[in-house]
Amino acid sequence: MNEQVLQLLQGRFGPLESSEFRDELTVVVPKEKIVEVCLFLKEHPDCRFNLLSDLCGIDMYTPVARFGVIYNLFSIPRNHRIRLKTFAEESDPVVPTVSGVWATANWHERETFDMFGIRFAGHPDLRRMYLPDEFEYYPLRKDFPLMGIPGSLPLPKK
Amino acid sequence: MGLEQAMGDSFLTTRIVDAINWCRKNSLWPMPMGISCCAIEMMAFAGPRFDSARFGSEVLRFSPRQSDIIIVAGTTTYKMAKVVRKIYDQMPDPKWVIAMGACTSSGGMYRTYNVVQGIDLFIPVDVYVAGCPPRPDNLINALLLLQQKVARGESRGAAPAFIGESSAHHRLGSKTQAA
Repeated sequence: MNEQVLQLLQGRFGPLESSEFRDELTVVVPKEKIVEVCLFLKEHPDCRFNLLSDLCGIDMYTPVARFGVIYNLFSIPRNHRIRLKTFAEESDPVVPTVSGVWATANWHERETFDMFGIRFAGHPDLRRMYLPDEFEYYPLRKDFPLMGIPGSLPLPKK
Repeated sequence: MGLEQAMGDSFLTTRIVDAINWCRKNSLWPMPMGISCCAIEMMAFAGPRFDSARFGSEVLRFSPRQSDIIIVAGTTTYKMAKVVRKIYDQMPDPKWVIAMGACTSSGGMYRTYNVVQGIDLFIPVDVYVAGCPPRPDNLINALLLLQQKVARGESRGAAPAFIGESSAHHRLGSKTQAA
């Protein structure tokens, strides 16, 4: 089914970078098109990827295309998985939200924002999820030290 | 004192402080601050098999206002530290603290930015219990040590006791605050 999905995508959106590993298809999508691609994959009768099983961030720590967002999709009717990737620059770590496509993306995107500082344009409620609201850093970025920034998380007085 | 001789066996003389401390040590009601997996062993400690009722500590009070000791059982993150401190502050004096398990005592295996490297960074601790998690016997041992401490009338947080293996107070180098 991978070839079929890729053909459908390329027929609609033009050539896209893709790879296949152990029968799982990964497609790299420009971030401007990500919402359209997601909607297409969800709605098209031959795809019907109606479950966003995970959405996560990645820090490549490279000068270009530093931050990535990865979408793991599952089609319950077809019992098939594919993966989408999109990248953003360090200077402008903004990716359009897909919370309008799959409602579950709301919290996944909040978590990704919390940990990587990737902002999701159009997100209805982009707050921190795990860390305190006043925390200023993004701990899963590669340049964040393991033991944190001294004084950034206050402790109660003894 | 000569009073017992004059009055016979029906009288016992002591200091009022000692009498009060004796009462206190045999009715230490714990506040179960179960934050993670150590709490399972803490439940066994209070349950029928290990039966902390034998030592007067069976009444796990979920209101800090009715408790004497707080058993902090689990990984304490910086976000949770505020909660632990708030609950500790709500307990009436006199109050004591048991740090149960490696995470609570020293951060344990979580040497990261978000885990407090030992709750003694924000509340005074009376007894540290080693283990991951400690066995309920070990927690009973901590309770008995704390009872001795209460009987001696020591102030809280003074000269903390370490139970079990040396891992409870083993820290990587000097103790540092994580973040």
